[in-house]
Amino acid sequence: MTMIKVFALPDLGEGLTESEIVAWHVAPGDTVTLNQHIADVETAKAVVELPSPFSGVVSELYRPEGVLVHVGDPIVSFEVAGADGSGPDADLPGSPEPVTREANLVGYGPDAERHGRPKRRARPGSAAGNAAAAEPVPTTDSAAASVVERPRSSPPVRMLAQSLGIDLTTVTGTGPDGVITRDDVRAHGVTPDAVSVDATSIAVTTVTAIPGGTRESRTPIKSLRKLTAAAMVKSAFTAPHVTEFLTIDVTPTIDLLATINAAGARTGAARVGILAVVAQAVCLAAARTPSVNTRWDDAAGEIVQFHYLNLGIAAATPRGLMVPVIADADRLGLAGLAAALADLTAAARTGTTTPAALAGGTLTITNIGVFGIDAGTPILNPGEAAILAMGAIRRTPWEHQGEIALRQVITLSLSFDHRLVDGEQGSRFLADVGTILANPGMALTMLAGVGLAGSNSAGSNSAGSNPAGSNPAG
Amino acid sequence: MPELIPDSDLLQPPDFIQLLDEDGGRVPNPEFDRWVRDIGATELGALYDDLVVVRRLDVEATALQRQGELGLWPPLLGQEAAQIGSARALRPDDFVFSSYRENAVAYCRGVGLTDLVKMWRGSAQSGWDPASVGMAVPAIIIGAQTLHATGWALGAQFDGVDAVAVTYFGDGATSEGDVNEAMVFAASFQVPVVFFCQNNQWAISEPVGLQARVHIANRAPGFGIPALRVDGNDVLAVMAATRVALDRARSGNGPTFIEAVTYRMGPHTTADDPTRYRDPADLAAWAKRDPILRLRRLLEAEGLFTPEFEAAVAAHADAAAAELRAGCIALPDPHPLSVFDHVYTTPQATLDGQRDGYAEYLASFDSAGSTSSSTSSKGASV
Repeated sequence: MTMIKVFALPDLGEGLTESEIVAWHVAPGDTVTLNQHIADVETAKAVVELPSPFSGVVSELYRPEGVLVHVGDPIVSFEVAGADGSGPDADLPGSPEPVTREANLVGYGPDAERHGRPKRRARPGSAAGNAAAAEPVPTTDSAAASVVERPRSSPPVRMLAQSLGIDLTTVTGTGPDGVITRDDVRAHGVTPDAVSVDATSIAVTTVTAIPGGTRESRTPIKSLRKLTAAAMVKSAFTAPHVTEFLTIDVTPTIDLLATINAAGARTGAARVGILAVVAQAVCLAAARTPSVNTRWDDAAGEIVQFHYLNLGIAAATPRGLMVPVIADADRLGLAGLAAALADLTAAARTGTTTPAALAGGTLTITNIGVFGIDAGTPILNPGEAAILAMGAIRRTPWEHQGEIALRQVITLSLSFDHRLVDGEQGSRFLADVGTILANPGMALTMLAGVGLAGSNSAGSNSAGSNPAGSNPAG
Repeated sequence: MPELIPDSDLLQPPDFIQLLDEDGGRVPNPEFDRWVRDIGATELGALYDDLVVVRRLDVEATALQRQGELGLWPPLLGQEAAQIGSARALRPDDFVFSSYRENAVAYCRGVGLTDLVKMWRGSAQSGWDPASVGMAVPAIIIGAQTLHATGWALGAQFDGVDAVAVTYFGDGATSEGDVNEAMVFAASFQVPVVFFCQNNQWAISEPVGLQARVHIANRAPGFGIPALRVDGNDVLAVMAATRVALDRARSGNGPTFIEAVTYRMGPHTTADDPTRYRDPADLAAWAKRDPILRLRRLLEAEGLFTPEFEAAVAAHADAAAAELRAGCIALPDPHPLSVFDHVYTTPQATLDGQRDGYAEYLASFDSAGSTSSSTSSKGASV
């Protein structure tokens, strides 16, 4: 009497959510012994040998080579002798019958459905990028064991190869110990003959080489790219966007920052940049035009007015676009905003931004000026009523005190959800931000009524669990 | 120019103690031979059996991790002789304070096979009762156990007993503050403790040469602790050196430091990929110095390695592996409240309050597994 035992992919490292089956060493019908090496599996940390958990006959391989598998997904099943047979435990005298339980996960058992961190980085030469696990799995019977040995190269070289659509396994390295250099990749790229298209490399590379060589490359849509795309489409086609532009002379703010930072340098305070001033201006202006800090709750048929301002800062990170959030930005003040921005930037650069830091934004700033761009029509972060894009600050001939002078000029672009924000309100908000940046002293005229949850909120309300319940300032 | 202690003295390695060369030939050493004079045919056979069994257990535990039955496992492959040779020199009333890789030491101390893997499966906070086997549960904090050992040895000194604390740690740990503090205290109070360092050449991925400009054994004399440097893949030399150190401790001569020079043939843990940082040539060179192979050659040369003996050892190893596997898989999941069970020996009001609160929290889950009140996590973000 026999029974079928299904083996699910375990967490082979510590807290990993997915792995790639690099090679199967058995096929259906093969007889295997306990601990026999049946597959090579690559995690984000290592390529490991998978030992058979049973003695018996392989009945089915559920996942082909070269695909990502989530922890907990069945990958192979075995036909094993039942408890009354002379089966798998015949060589284990006296042992309890272990096969009545499925291979389980110990510890905290990462959620197999989760697509969040820790993420596995796709590498050229592996099939990591070939399939997001939720996608239909391509059948790659021809995937060869040749991928076990990854060509030696450095991450920048792999990136270059990927961008050129070159399969590194086809490149001969000339560096020390056969390491593939940038020059090797470039030289490979210009030799049409060298771009060989063989079946094995197609099956296992992230960027599939296609006839025509390096003129096109294809990357599977997945992970952050996929999430970003879905969010943008949803936002663009549910919220009617209006975008307004305002170009202003921010020389006084630049001068003020020099004064602030000169003073701060003596006391060791965090450096304050233009982004922090814009953030502060947004907080002040939002207090005067509350409708930019709202959400359209279609399901409830209600407009949600936020009495706090969680400021999202769109950031280009190595993983793609992210919008980490500065919570309660309206309570921080300029120095607090500068410090929060420094923390957020450091986390984004090092890829340590936590999921919590990405949630709960109510209004967003995006600084496209760092890319040398003047203006654009930003798409709203889904669920928010407004997004402000900062352009590059340029020395520009500008009217100044009745004459033309070279001044520091910036263009602000504000997109808002016209369901929530009328033209008058959006315009006033943008004008207020511009007024502060053009003449920071004007902020003094806007301080009255500041503090969306009460002007003394930082002291008296912070201990409360529900600051939204306190009286908003009129 | 002031006169400095020449660092050439520090770079000079201490004598390398070896009683069994890589081909299994005995290396005459009158000073240390006498410490293993009692090791005859039977004892050699038993040591060989130990080495083979603990390697087999280690391989089985690694496989269990790959099969999802253990969360993690730190293989000891290659370090069997360093652990068996030292642990078999101990008395039952001695006390071991180890890191997480000393599973062969635990085996020698009489830790049950299933108990070896309990913690790694997440079935218990610790695998065994330290008092019953004379071995603390593994320290995961690198080097922390050296302080525990030194404190225990101070207690033994106060009690006036001749039991010895033996603490196991690695080359990387010698760079930790804890180990340095322990050596300062051990030397100051001349307590009966043996610092047993398995220099397996790697602090995870960091080669020993990067953190130690002198030989590891040369660090100890700076603290006033005499050191021995021994071939860690030579079970006889390790045993002799350990006996010397134990004898010094029992005689009131204070701590001794042993550097057992060995090599970690496997990964740091099952979550590590050593091929990313290790030269395959090194691995091949160390494979020739395998601790089991050289003892086998000695047994062969002495006519002790009969087919019956080999079969008996293999059967013992397979049976141990089967026992480990069966015991591991049969381990019950612990009740969540058991986390409070062994924190204090006597009731504590604060802990009881936490236990009651947690019990209440667990009770708030309905049978479907969702919370009955879903608002608890929401308020915080506003």
